Amino acid sequence: MTATTAAETTAKRRSLTAAASEYIDERTSVSVVVKEFGRKIFPDHWSFLLGEVALYSFIVILITGTFLTFFFQASQADVIYHGSWVPLKGIQMSAAMNSTLNISFDVRGGLLVRQIHHWAALLFVASIGLHMLRIFFTGAFRKPRELNWVIGFTLFVLAMAEGFTGYSLPDDLLSGNGLRIIDGLIKGIPVVGTWISFLLFGGEFPGTSIVGRLYTLHILLLPALVVAFIALHLVFVVVHKHTQYAGPGRTQQNVVGYPVLPVYAAKAGGFFFIVFGVLALMASLFTINPIWLYGPYDPSPVSAGTQPDWYIGFADGMLRLMPSHWEFVWLDHTWSLNVFIPVVILVLFLVVVAIYPFIESWVTGDKREHHILDRPRNQATRTAIGAAGVTFYAVMWAAASSDLVATHFKLTMEGVIGALQVLLILGPIIAYFITKRICIGLQKKDRSIALHGYESGRIVKLPGGEFIEVHQPLDEYERWRLVSYETYQPLMLRPDSRGRITFGRRLRAGMSRWFFEDRLEPVTKGELEAGHDHH
Amino acid sequence: MRETTHKIARRRKTGRRHPFATVALIAIGLGLTGGAYAAFNATGSTADAAASSQSDIDAGKKLFQANCASCHGLEAQGTSEAPSLIGVGAAAVDFQVGTGRMPMAMQGPQAQEKPSQFTQDQIDQLAAYVASLAPGPGIPDSKYTDGDGDAAKGAELFRVNCAMCHNVAGAGGALTEGKYAPPLHGVSPTHVYEAMVTGPQNMPVFNDKNISPEGKRDIITYLRFIQQNPSPGGFELGALGPVAEGLFIWIFGLGSIVALTVWITAKSN
Amino acid sequence: MAQDDNGGTEITPAASSAVDRRPGDPGTAVIVQDAAENPGFPPHRARITDKDPRKQRRAERTVYTLFYVSIVGSIWAVAAYIAFPIESGNIADVRVSTLAIGIGMALALLAIGFGAVHWAKALMADKEGIDIRHPVRGSDETRDRAVEIFKEADTESGFGRRTLIRNSLIGALVAFPLPAIVLFRGLGPMNEDPVKLLSHTMWKRGTRLTRDPSGTPIKASDVTIGSVFHVIPEGLNDKEDALDQKAKAAVLLMRLDPKDLHPRPSRKDWAYDGIVAYSKICTHVGCPVALYEQQTHHLLCPCHQSQFDITHEARVIFGPASRPLPQLPITVDADGYLVAQSDFHEPVGPSFWERH
Repeated sequence: MTATTAAETTAKRRSLTAAASEYIDERTSVSVVVKEFGRKIFPDHWSFLLGEVALYSFIVILITGTFLTFFFQASQADVIYHGSWVPLKGIQMSAAMNSTLNISFDVRGGLLVRQIHHWAALLFVASIGLHMLRIFFTGAFRKPRELNWVIGFTLFVLAMAEGFTGYSLPDDLLSGNGLRIIDGLIKGIPVVGTWISFLLFGGEFPGTSIVGRLYTLHILLLPALVVAFIALHLVFVVVHKHTQYAGPGRTQQNVVGYPVLPVYAAKAGGFFFIVFGVLALMASLFTINPIWLYGPYDPSPVSAGTQPDWYIGFADGMLRLMPSHWEFVWLDHTWSLNVFIPVVILVLFLVVVAIYPFIESWVTGDKREHHILDRPRNQATRTAIGAAGVTFYAVMWAAASSDLVATHFKLTMEGVIGALQVLLILGPIIAYFITKRICIGLQKKDRSIALHGYESGRIVKLPGGEFIEVHQPLDEYERWRLVSYETYQPLMLRPDSRGRITFGRRLRAGMSRWFFEDRLEPVTKGELEAGHDHH
Repeated sequence: MRETTHKIARRRKTGRRHPFATVALIAIGLGLTGGAYAAFNATGSTADAAASSQSDIDAGKKLFQANCASCHGLEAQGTSEAPSLIGVGAAAVDFQVGTGRMPMAMQGPQAQEKPSQFTQDQIDQLAAYVASLAPGPGIPDSKYTDGDGDAAKGAELFRVNCAMCHNVAGAGGALTEGKYAPPLHGVSPTHVYEAMVTGPQNMPVFNDKNISPEGKRDIITYLRFIQQNPSPGGFELGALGPVAEGLFIWIFGLGSIVALTVWITAKSN
Repeated sequence: MAQDDNGGTEITPAASSAVDRRPGDPGTAVIVQDAAENPGFPPHRARITDKDPRKQRRAERTVYTLFYVSIVGSIWAVAAYIAFPIESGNIADVRVSTLAIGIGMALALLAIGFGAVHWAKALMADKEGIDIRHPVRGSDETRDRAVEIFKEADTESGFGRRTLIRNSLIGALVAFPLPAIVLFRGLGPMNEDPVKLLSHTMWKRGTRLTRDPSGTPIKASDVTIGSVFHVIPEGLNDKEDALDQKAKAAVLLMRLDPKDLHPRPSRKDWAYDGIVAYSKICTHVGCPVALYEQQTHHLLCPCHQSQFDITHEARVIFGPASRPLPQLPITVDADGYLVAQSDFHEPVGPSFWERH
């Protein structure tokens, strides 16, 4: 009896927040979540925010996209335009194009939201790309994060698909020609191409179904997949805990940084608003995708400078890089290698990106977990492979704007394409060797700095008349960043238990030699001490 | 309606069977071609001929012999280096000289636009001289270059006939072997019109039977509309389409955001 | 030094052990016995806002000012929505409205963002924490229990033992999605043969060549040398599936000096007095090959830069295309209008598997 009264009095004195927390916790046990994750540590580094940029631009896309769905009509029914854009008045177009124009010119703030949506889409894919590069060059894909790399890769592909389906929805001239290219690309696939094209377009190109179908993919299926994969991606980030760069006090067994509550939440939450704000600013100042200039899709006109959005550029560029006459009739069928080879190259490229973590772990045989990130220079071969991959992608990408490169740099388009064809092969090789040499050079520099300190720029004359430069020694914290890395030695080719040397072993030994032949061992304690004695 | 078309089609078919039909057709076709050509040229030059006096023609001839004859020949008959100008009309002269393309500064894939070396009076004299050599398209009447036509019709014609080279926004584009279709912003309506009727360099000719003078006026109206109305979405990034947008998002969009991430994670003082 | 699994607490500069205790095979990794030692956490460096109360107050002022600015931005955006109507139909109004609303929203968002981050950086406790990691794999105990559970479930259900049940279930599970896949057959047309559709266009003997988009017929005499006409077949605009037809039937018409044309003997009469008609749909992936250079007589596709030489039956001279553009045989009718002699003699547009 007395106990109840006491409890009641305390309850009365409790604040509203406390009462609300009580109510919710009794029904959700949310306190467990807060206890588990409220003080979870996140390390602070600018490059760890790139994934967040992707996440935030996706949220912006969801918010603005929802607004757009209220006005957009995914239909290819013929209508006559009667809106505000004079140069299209009285022109016949699809309801999709008409409604997109109405969003732009006859819904207040509509153009702003459309432009935020499109800029956010470009930023979404770009930030995923940069995030992937960071993961790759720092080795953050190593055990236990290989599967999360694959999930992230899947998100990259889904993001491109989201982008392309969205780009095609307004049914304008530019995106229509983009779909025309996709149709041609699909038709070039041996055996099944014609039928895939007919199933996709509901008959002959362009038909009247494609916009509606892409819309379903764009606002239902693909976003659901993206959300699911993002959720999975983040669950793994929590399970694995965040990686960190090497630094004093940081080990493979800890993670050093700021707690979620309050610092990280404030920074990450604030960053969402910053990303959204930058997108809003860009959208209010810069035109994107002016469909009113492109006009409605019609299979006859085309604009000079017809290009896809940047993330499809590499595929378009690869198509442009094929030489002439790679098509023949054989066994009574047309083999469009001029179209199919680019598709195969693109798929292979993407597959190599997706499975790279497994290749590297097979080569090293390292089954330990890795939570300290590599400095790219300390993994010279991986960094060089990455640079080669980036160059390969960049050449394909540049090829997608071969015509603009030609006009802006006063070159011939034939010359630009020819040069890029050569660069597609040579560029990655050159990039590989240059990067590898730079990495090893930097390793040597690090080693010398760790042992002898920085060059201070102060020249002293020794009693013997000799001039030397005084070296400024590092403090132990700085030095630790330079010396705390791992190396691997090349695998010796040995016969297996049955005394055989299999192809797999031979390949692995070869790859291992390729990866780790040129390397510098980290400075040891003994060397450091010797170095100190020297000065 | 459909019935009649069928009938016509059938009659046409039966007519074609006659052995002389082909010959007759060709004869008629040739006659029409020549007739229309002459008629078209005549209409083109009438206004022009009336406007120019003999003194203009004489002054033009002097200018021509001083500035153009070294390549085009003393009588504008053409040489191995440059084409004959007989019959190109005043429009061609006004366009080529007025936009500074002629006299050509140097040999290249195509003549470049540059500040004109002549005053408008001198250009008119040159034009009068060349027009006096043989009939050709004249300088367009100002009623076709006032830009008060139908912008929507013009935009449609522009998309079908012009956008593939000059880009939907008139930003220009690449042609083969280093040639290019120039941007149309800032080009005077008269020069746009003259380019269409004369087909300078590799540009095809769009005669009045292909795009009527009213259609050309509509195209000029559309170009004027997009030049006078700033893009409703904000700065245009060169109207170059997705490439410019992609570069912008990487360099400025992602660039500024990366700069901000550095600020966010830098330790406060 | 207090360390916690999660919700790490304040850390103190102390040498932490650098011994690598990670389980698992290191593979070919070099294990250096004499590795340099981790010096432990560096000493904490206080921020100016920790040391100087005036700076702290200033930071506070900055943060709340930013939040107030954000409110101003939001109000501005709402006011701009009302103040700048776009219903007049004047396109300049759209730009003003977009700019005004957008700047307000950007201000509102950026000010919240900068405020929150500045708060976190300058004012919130500058205490780094650490979490301890555990191997991602479950403990041996947990794993044993998991294996046990599977074994128990297997015994209790007989999944491993009753193989007929198991295998028939697997079969059923493989078979059940098949109807769903088959249903998607309906995405494409049921009673049409794609190959037949792709092989024919609207053009037939006697179809007049008309201007795109007006649909007015073209006389041979209209096409002067150096001209290019964008052409559609007569009656296309009245078709129900006009765009589908146009995607195959679009044609480019040019007049060259007949001396410049070099047709093979069988195509000698496909042109009319130097007037030739070629499919406008690229044989690469289908873009309109619409760029005609009247002096070089080259056609250029703006999408992938394939080039075709009109003087030699539109053969490919550059770019990824392989096949020449199909030629439409033309002539003139009794009234002097250009007409097709027949349909194209081959499928137009991009190649497809069944094409031969």
